[in-house]
Amino acid sequence: MLVDRLIPLSPKQPASNGPCFFYLLCILGVLSLLILAVSFFNERISEKLVSSGPVFAGGILVLNIVNIVCGKFALLPVLFFPSLDRIFEVFINDRELLGECVLSSFKLLLYGYAIGGSLGLLTGILIGFNKTFSYWMDPFTKIIGPIPPTSWSPLVLSLFSTSYQAAIFMITLSVWFPITIMTSNGIRNISQAYFEVADTFGAKKLYKILHVGIPAALPSVFLGLFYATTGSFVTLITAEMFGCKLGIGWYLNWQKSMMLYANVYAGLILLALLCNIALKFLFVFREKALNWQKGVIKW
Amino acid sequence: MVGEIKIENVSKSFVNPDKTSVTALENISLNVEAGSFVSLIGPSGCGKTTLLRAISGLGLADEGQIYVDDEPVKGPGADRGFAFQQSNLYPWLTIKENIAFGLKARGIYKEKKSDVDEYIEMVNLKGFENSYPHQLSGGMNQRASLARALVGKPKVLLLDEPLGALDAFTRMNMQDEILKIQHLHSITMIMVTHDVDEAVYLSDRVVIMTPRPAKVEEVIDIQLSRPRARGSQDFIQYRTKILKILNYAGENKEPEYYL
Repeated sequence: MLVDRLIPLSPKQPASNGPCFFYLLCILGVLSLLILAVSFFNERISEKLVSSGPVFAGGILVLNIVNIVCGKFALLPVLFFPSLDRIFEVFINDRELLGECVLSSFKLLLYGYAIGGSLGLLTGILIGFNKTFSYWMDPFTKIIGPIPPTSWSPLVLSLFSTSYQAAIFMITLSVWFPITIMTSNGIRNISQAYFEVADTFGAKKLYKILHVGIPAALPSVFLGLFYATTGSFVTLITAEMFGCKLGIGWYLNWQKSMMLYANVYAGLILLALLCNIALKFLFVFREKALNWQKGVIKW
Repeated sequence: MVGEIKIENVSKSFVNPDKTSVTALENISLNVEAGSFVSLIGPSGCGKTTLLRAISGLGLADEGQIYVDDEPVKGPGADRGFAFQQSNLYPWLTIKENIAFGLKARGIYKEKKSDVDEYIEMVNLKGFENSYPHQLSGGMNQRASLARALVGKPKVLLLDEPLGALDAFTRMNMQDEILKIQHLHSITMIMVTHDVDEAVYLSDRVVIMTPRPAKVEEVIDIQLSRPRARGSQDFIQYRTKILKILNYAGENKEPEYYL
């Protein structure tokens, strides 16, 4: 806060409407004081604070350096490196548009992830268990898989009636491939003994798939889900640039073409936040589903 | 009594990666009385496990036929339990869920719920029902595995050296445990082992097999009263006799290394 208030802004930086970065710091400051207060009464939060304190301090330090280099002394081209005040100002000024963009992107992602995820699981399981299916599917995955989903855009845009559908298709593809590969790989690596045990109890094929194959392959499936999540964000941004009327990717592209780099940065921050939230969800989900792995592998 | 096994002229061969074929079993015939305990003993790699898997249906014979209570073996089934060399418990299931797996697979878990608890108690794992396999010792896992194989009340239990990986004390305890179970439920048991003492201690009959291709070298009836004393004169005589035959059967016939 002191750094932000005491060092005057470089005259080269265009002025913002208000000290938005300072507001953010104030919010952060109040929050951390609150957490500190709670930590005196709560053992768990206290422990967490001790372990994650240095990282937070480091983050603030980085923000300070960025603030000094870009904002206060304007050591880098002002056009491309706006002051933090102006970046965080965007969250206030553009909040409605950004909100809509996030919602639109989230919807797109959800559709793509749901379709791609379930299709990927299905094909992965079929490839893993069915030799004939694997034989015919293998060249297909080998050819389609390595092609970046976004490079389908010209074809896809003419195939689908709306660019929205095209975007869903590309995200679906980017999710489908890693999940298919990791699921089928996971199934193929299951020890034969697990199936033989089930055989000696007279288990049916479907029962073996559901109660031996899938649980045993689940760690690998989750790996696929992680790849799919990060991949789907990359595809999302590119797909939205092609003709969507809303979404973070569209927003980034639009603001870049208007040379409003403060808005671009704000969009990027938002994107990072979204991606992290998605990954966090996945981690919590994994923790629930793969609780048994704790102690078997380095968690 | 149920659980009589007839093995008639069974042969089986495998194809190596280099396309050569290896005969694992050659013309084996053997009858196992219902409710008896039979050990298969012989040099390692001689095809004992192959025979056991053929009885279980996990690996069918090329020629000949195996009958369990006059029913030909066509594939694995719940009437023949199998205790593997490793415990092979499912790491994603708790001990109790593992033991209940076979019942659930057959859709009879609801009626047999109490059996699971009974068997957990029998193998002394009460208090560990909700642990995962990796949290327990090898011996405990092997006991759980045995309970899993037994809880469905199979007519026949096939044991593929399930005690091989255990320390001497746990092993002896488990041997008594197995005998108790066999006596209680009169299950026919066939065990593959390398341990002559174990074979003499447990079996009604010991089947000595020759190395590749496996044939039945000799069948020895162990006529000792139970419980058997491991140090008694008769016990040691049986042991010496089997060891002699095993030497004759080819183990250490030629030195394995030349200097």
